[in-house]
Amino acid sequence: MSAPPVLRLEGITKRFGALTANDDITLELRQGELLALLGENGAGKTTLMNILFGHYTADSGRVIAFGRELPPGKPRAAIEAGIGMVHQHFALAANLTVLENVIAGTRPLGALGLGSAAAREKLTALSAKFGLAVHPDARVGDLSVGERQRVEILKSLYRDAKVLILDEPTAVLTHQEAEQLYHTLRGMAEHGLSIIFISHKLHEVLAAADRVTVLRGGKVVAERRASETTKDELAELMVGRRVARPRRESQAPGAIALKAARVDVGTALKAIDFEVRAGETLGIIGVSGNGQHTLVRLVSGLERPSAGSLELYGAPAQRPTPRGFVAAGIGRIPEDRHADGAVGEMAVWENAVLERVREPRFSAAGLVRRAAGRAFAREVIERFDVRGGSEDSPIRLLSGGNMQKLILGRNLAESPRILIAAQPTRGLDEGAVAAVHGEILAARRAGTAVLLISEDLDEILALADRVQAIVKGRLSPPIPIEKADPRRLGLMMAGSWEDAA
Amino acid sequence: MMDVLDIFASAGLWAAVLRIATPLIFGTLGALISERAGVLNLGIEGIMTFGAMIGWMTVYHGGDLWLGLAVAALSGAVFGLLHAALTVPLGLSQHVTGLGITLFASSLSYFIFRLAVPVSGSPPTIVPFQVIKIPVLSDLPFLGEAVFSQTAPTYLAIALALVIAYALARTPLGLAVRIVGENPHAAEAQGINPIRVRIGAVVFGSALMAMGGAFLTLAAFNSFFPTMVQGRGWVCIALVVFASWRPERALGGALLFALFDAYQLRLQHVVGKAIPYQLFLMIPYIMSILALLVMARRARVPQALMQPFRRGER
Repeated sequence: MSAPPVLRLEGITKRFGALTANDDITLELRQGELLALLGENGAGKTTLMNILFGHYTADSGRVIAFGRELPPGKPRAAIEAGIGMVHQHFALAANLTVLENVIAGTRPLGALGLGSAAAREKLTALSAKFGLAVHPDARVGDLSVGERQRVEILKSLYRDAKVLILDEPTAVLTHQEAEQLYHTLRGMAEHGLSIIFISHKLHEVLAAADRVTVLRGGKVVAERRASETTKDELAELMVGRRVARPRRESQAPGAIALKAARVDVGTALKAIDFEVRAGETLGIIGVSGNGQHTLVRLVSGLERPSAGSLELYGAPAQRPTPRGFVAAGIGRIPEDRHADGAVGEMAVWENAVLERVREPRFSAAGLVRRAAGRAFAREVIERFDVRGGSEDSPIRLLSGGNMQKLILGRNLAESPRILIAAQPTRGLDEGAVAAVHGEILAARRAGTAVLLISEDLDEILALADRVQAIVKGRLSPPIPIEKADPRRLGLMMAGSWEDAA
Repeated sequence: MMDVLDIFASAGLWAAVLRIATPLIFGTLGALISERAGVLNLGIEGIMTFGAMIGWMTVYHGGDLWLGLAVAALSGAVFGLLHAALTVPLGLSQHVTGLGITLFASSLSYFIFRLAVPVSGSPPTIVPFQVIKIPVLSDLPFLGEAVFSQTAPTYLAIALALVIAYALARTPLGLAVRIVGENPHAAEAQGINPIRVRIGAVVFGSALMAMGGAFLTLAAFNSFFPTMVQGRGWVCIALVVFASWRPERALGGALLFALFDAYQLRLQHVVGKAIPYQLFLMIPYIMSILALLVMARRARVPQALMQPFRRGER
């Protein structure tokens, strides 16, 4: 450990108005090291990395790369010093090819040719060396999320980055893709690259990093070797207190609320059977892209069965429509809260009443009753502890966790008879996960039938009473949660139902 | 009935096609470059009118024809800079700004023209660009008259289409324009300044638009009148979509539209007595709507078209 660090952040402080996002942070990265920056949303991780990369200018402190101080606020200087950054939201042009995305801006604008042949050769060599398989001539818009992330990494490597910073790299990935990514990062570290990745997922940090730096409230609160710490210790350091995810208590389920009998939807779902009873949670586990999207649309009234029958409270659902399903007491937490759950530019209160604006209490004679809407939003904000804005702020200003709490709240405030929760905690930090889980369990306790669709094993194990796996549009038979363990669920998710039984 | 088809066999038709297509090629290329960088420029109709006026005025006051074309290009660049200043760094609505520029530039053209040239019975004229005779090629049977009997700006327009097609696809500058039009944030992350690239594309594109307008007064006709652009700018905007934002297809699209236009002019003479000529005037526009229906459904729109870029926002 005598070698000088490749990167050193020294006493970085950054304030936004009254908020101190980074408070005198000092951090070192050595060559070939995988450092995890762990912290809750709002702990200052992303701010710190943006300062390092030159997107923001620090109020005080220095960034030293390979022994030389970087000028503040100059991304180009960071790129030239060999620092590459992979943002959480990819910066890619969908209609251009992989190669074009990689080489844009790498040659002087006055040059007469692109030098494509040499560039392709270099890119192919990098792909092979680091196991980042992606076709140089593929259109980026046709790639999967995992492949796009590889393109982002390749962009940095192509510019000879020796230090790579990844901001929440697994937030958008499936479990398999995430494992593959960490495998790749490990390989890159062995080739001598130094890597910082930002995360709030404890198991990933423990599995993938050499060293963990924990940020809380803008300060470094601890530093641990990954091999010398535990999940519980990190959770406590990160949140600042002991967080325990709420536990499920057993209770006897009531009548069948929602039932599907040999339902087909186009080719996306094939002969699926399931039933959910009042006061019970049915977990549907599976890797994303196996028909969950269509399943959610089916039980939200957006798709009709092309064969088989869907029953609500013992009677066939006639001519399903989203409004009819809401009126029948179905609450929905959509998979993609930004696309399907909320309208970003509209105010929190408008989003809160959006699904029910036609009800007499929220509108009369064709006019919206704004006072009633605001009052409802205030009630949701209060009861579900939504922070970061008032009922009049645009909802896009809320963090993911708070937006999710609002969506959950506008449904649960109405005591729905059925709750459809699709990936309810994707991308949320530990504190928000605990809050969302607590609310879902409370709804179940109050007699709501919960259909939980998730790819998170821990989430299913914590919340569900029974589990079915979804694989290529088919559902496995259910097993009680007492008989489920990660190995068995893994087999079910792979489609080996008989082996799992 | 034979007469209707015989039209296609006359070399004169094809010569007219190239001539009619020239302003459309200039205008479409200009709109296309601007849109590939993410900026719609509806100022095109007014910019073409202004180019037609100022180009003509330059020559009328003793300037060389090429000087007239250059002055027109410069005036287009100035209007382009105005459009870019309002829509790129300030991020104003591109529709509203563009239409405003069309109204402004058209009225200003007429105003200047009237100040400089008093009303008279017949509009004053200049000596326009002449047909260039190319050795050997112009003497070929049929082809010589149909293709190789054009004025210099027509050859320039066709050459420009090919050069721009190459530049967009194969040079770092072209790639920079495309990535800015697809995702300016991606461009910025690669060290490209999206604001500068957009301003440059709009200014260059507007200069081309004005050259298209100037062709009308400097080569096609020899005088200026305020309504002479006659919606050609709007046709260019449609041709960009028809061409799926690709310069080589824009060339094809302009030629196709010009073919309809040249054909209907001759058709009027052949069967003109029986059918009102206004119906013939509609033919090119109806055909282009039909062509749009077929082509535009497959078009690949630049993803960041009409989306203002603000640093640090997503």
